[in-house]
Amino acid sequence: MSWINLSALWKIIVFGLLAGAGLPAIFAMGLYSLSKGPRVQTAGGGDSDGLVGGSVVGMAVAALCFLVVLAAIGWGIYEVYKIGHPAPAK
Amino acid sequence: MPVSNTFILVLVVITALGFDFTNGFHDTANAMATSIATKALSPRVAVGISGVLNLVGAFLSLAVAATIASGLVDTKLVTLTVVAAGLAGGITWNLVTWLFGIPSSSSHALIGGVIGATIAASGGHAVLWHGLVSKVVLPAVFSPIIAALVAATGTYLLYRISRSLTEAARGHGFRIGQIGSACLVSLAHGTNDAQKTMGVITLALIVNKSVPAHSNAPFWVILSCGLAISIGTYLGGWRVIRTLGKGLVEIESPQGMAAESASAAVILLSSSFGYSLSTTHVATGSIIGTGLGKRGAEVRWNVAGRMATAWVFTLPSAALVGAGAEALAHGIGGSTGVIIDLVILVAVAAFIYLRSRVNKVDHNNVNDDWTGSDAPAEPQTAAA
Repeated sequence: MSWINLSALWKIIVFGLLAGAGLPAIFAMGLYSLSKGPRVQTAGGGDSDGLVGGSVVGMAVAALCFLVVLAAIGWGIYEVYKIGHPAPAK
Repeated sequence: MPVSNTFILVLVVITALGFDFTNGFHDTANAMATSIATKALSPRVAVGISGVLNLVGAFLSLAVAATIASGLVDTKLVTLTVVAAGLAGGITWNLVTWLFGIPSSSSHALIGGVIGATIAASGGHAVLWHGLVSKVVLPAVFSPIIAALVAATGTYLLYRISRSLTEAARGHGFRIGQIGSACLVSLAHGTNDAQKTMGVITLALIVNKSVPAHSNAPFWVILSCGLAISIGTYLGGWRVIRTLGKGLVEIESPQGMAAESASAAVILLSSSFGYSLSTTHVATGSIIGTGLGKRGAEVRWNVAGRMATAWVFTLPSAALVGAGAEALAHGIGGSTGVIIDLVILVAVAAFIYLRSRVNKVDHNNVNDDWTGSDAPAEPQTAAA
């Protein structure tokens, strides 16, 4: 028995970076594409802080990014559930 | 004497649930401090959501509970008195650190207490040192570093990708993302921390031979632990929220999101491997990481140093209190000893609660500017 489970350690680092930094980065890309378009920096209107730029392509890409993030979270939680409830040995 | 054993078992379960309550109370901060600090969520809504998700998280995994129940001490050498004394040690340490606003680890307090009581009762050979070092001590060292690395990377990427956005758009967008990531931290917290109490109760059940050795936590244990931690979370440890959200780094919403995503990912991954790591250590590592990942951000290293000191002392201090409680209970003997331990515990808790009212930190003044102390400068004005 070793003191450090290296295989668990590298998995935590790699998946930690992918999920903990990669997914927020995809979310940020979504925000970036969402802000593209003609409505950037226009005064007035309902959404005047420039979050939604109004470009159709931008919004589609943004929606895709947000979906990827949600799907990854759902899958990750499912995996944790699966690992945490091992089927009883018979 | 089966009757008196059952009575003690009930006391132990109640005490364990009490610990779980303080655990939620103490750790609301880990999930929600940054969202409250950046005003992404109002304080009351934040603790409400966090409470519900803690309950859900409690059902997500059982790996950590198994580590605590069967991986740390020799279940054949532990008695119910030892478990009760260990809980007394853990709760006392948790309350003292809460009073001083230090986000120390509830898990280490609990584990330290149980181990101290075990050593006092049966000697060092009753402790499974390999399990303790490989599943508790080493993860405690690595997890904040990994969390800081992930959070620093995330912070760097978020600012880089979003640099063309206006300040207002960035603030708005990442506040939404932050709510999502904070929810995941609450879920992860329920998964990791509620399980520690499940583990202790399961340990008590194994010791009492109510369930066989190496059993998983029964359903009623999972449910009651989930409820206790979520009620504690809802009531909120405003004092620690203040230290984490305002004291360590001044946080903007992209940093908040990066910190919470890093914490959630590291905690969920580690829990599924059965590592009983401290959500507090991870959250603190993440917040420091966001300070490192953004150019010009300031990390208050003196606050961080004070926390690290508390961390190093948590296991041994809780172990000492646990050992003392075990010695006292053993000296008096039988169920009377256990009851006297728990009466003293209640007295200590009441004293600390009263002491905390002197300079109160609650949802009204939790976000006041950091003046170098845990409580805001003028508690009187906020007390209304």
